Amino acid sequence: MDCENCGERKATITLTEIENNEMRTLNLCSTCATLKGVAAGGGSAPMADLLAHLGGSAGDNLFDEAGGACEYCGTGAGDFRKSGRLGCPQCYAQFHRQLRALLRRIHGSSQHMGKVYVSTAPDADPEQLRLSTLKRRLERAVEIEDFESAADLRDAIHALTEVS
Amino acid sequence: MTDGSAGAPLIGTHGLDWLDEEGPDGDIVVSSRVRLARNLQGYSFSAHATGEEREALLEKARAATEAAGVLEEVDFWEISRLDPVDRLLLLERRLVSKELTGGPETGPRRGSGLALSRTRALGMMVNEEDHLRLQTLRGGFQLAAAWRDLDQLDEEIGARLPYAFHQEFGFLTSCPTNVGTGLRASVFIHLPGLVLTRQIRKVLEGMGQLGVTYRGLYGEGSRIVGNLFQISNQTTLGKTEEDLIDQLERLVGRVIGYEKQARAVLLREAPNVLEDKVWRAYGILCHARSLPFEEMMNLLSGVRLGISLKLLKTPRVDVISRMMIHAQTAHLARAAGRRLDEADADAFRASYVRRALNDAGSH
Repeated sequence: MDCENCGERKATITLTEIENNEMRTLNLCSTCATLKGVAAGGGSAPMADLLAHLGGSAGDNLFDEAGGACEYCGTGAGDFRKSGRLGCPQCYAQFHRQLRALLRRIHGSSQHMGKVYVSTAPDADPEQLRLSTLKRRLERAVEIEDFESAADLRDAIHALTEVS
Repeated sequence: MTDGSAGAPLIGTHGLDWLDEEGPDGDIVVSSRVRLARNLQGYSFSAHATGEEREALLEKARAATEAAGVLEEVDFWEISRLDPVDRLLLLERRLVSKELTGGPETGPRRGSGLALSRTRALGMMVNEEDHLRLQTLRGGFQLAAAWRDLDQLDEEIGARLPYAFHQEFGFLTSCPTNVGTGLRASVFIHLPGLVLTRQIRKVLEGMGQLGVTYRGLYGEGSRIVGNLFQISNQTTLGKTEEDLIDQLERLVGRVIGYEKQARAVLLREAPNVLEDKVWRAYGILCHARSLPFEEMMNLLSGVRLGISLKLLKTPRVDVISRMMIHAQTAHLARAAGRRLDEADADAFRASYVRRALNDAGSH
């Protein structure tokens, strides 16, 4: 269906207006809808949208295995594709390029325009971060009965806790 | 009153103060809610964190909320220490999510917590999908006021705990659909006019194309009950918090306008049918001896419409909102002082509603 305003582009938005108790439906293209003060956004629930974007069409998958895993929490592209959840704040640096593209699709922008946060709180201790990462990996290794890795991780944790 | 859960405070009237303020357009907009998703640097997101990490984070969050002046007097609960009825009580007040309370069998994960002011519906969930979910609730259509309160809480918490923030992406969240402002604003709105005139689908679908989304009574995936809808912003990145609030406010304002027009059409075209519907709803609520929750909600919808159109003189709108909260199963069980099976609950509900309507004055 063509846009009822410009007659040129394809209508993608149905605008329903009630004036003097009469309902009027107008099929508009996104450009005309924007001009009428109606911002064009997504269509369905955010999570469904996200998963649709993650699935992508053939050759359009942002999160292929090439990215590698997050060095802090071990979350890989495959984990993210499956759950739609990232593992830790550092994942945003790890998957920066792919996330930028994904965020543009979901939100129509990747640039934060809201409150700027300057931390006055004490910063996270990097040693503590490393320690909790190792502990988490240890738990996972024990879970899947990878005892060789578990032993290495236990040594690494001991080394860290002895130093500090 | 006894304190049965190892030093945890009892759940009293926490998070119900919004019922006392009708707020602008209170006959159509039941309540306004804003929440902010925040995470701390140096911790894995809650779903990936170990039980130990989640508990460490819980303690940090507890200390930060106790120092936050905007909360005035604050109570803090570890969800796992609450009995199942109390968990359900919080769920029925929409102060916690199912993700936080966990399923009936699994229960909450270690370190799940809730901080809540004793004087106002303002606080935060801890170790939900994000480390912190700051939230507030106001009566009627008051999104901007709700945002101001929450912004203040955010400033106070952010000064004590190091938020994970990124120059380009803003506040970092477990799910990329929340990143940026982390802000989700919503109204809980009563739209019987649009339902009865069969325009609701078009209005809702139209909204879907304008960057907002809608849900039923209990959030994502839930059914529509009592002609009540939850309308919220869909995107969180690329706009300021004020713009997001403003955009949703304008859109909801239009929906209110459509609803009023639909009601005017109904009053003009079918006044007798409408009046009969309203009075029947009122009559059943006044006399029923057994009331399932959904039936009550649908009947209350008719009464709320009747009050709004001045077809009924009593009860006041806030009495209806109160019934919607207090006639839920966990609230009834709390009032009864014992567990209620379904038949018991329906009978208790009917008697509660009869009393509430009687106290509100007869016709």
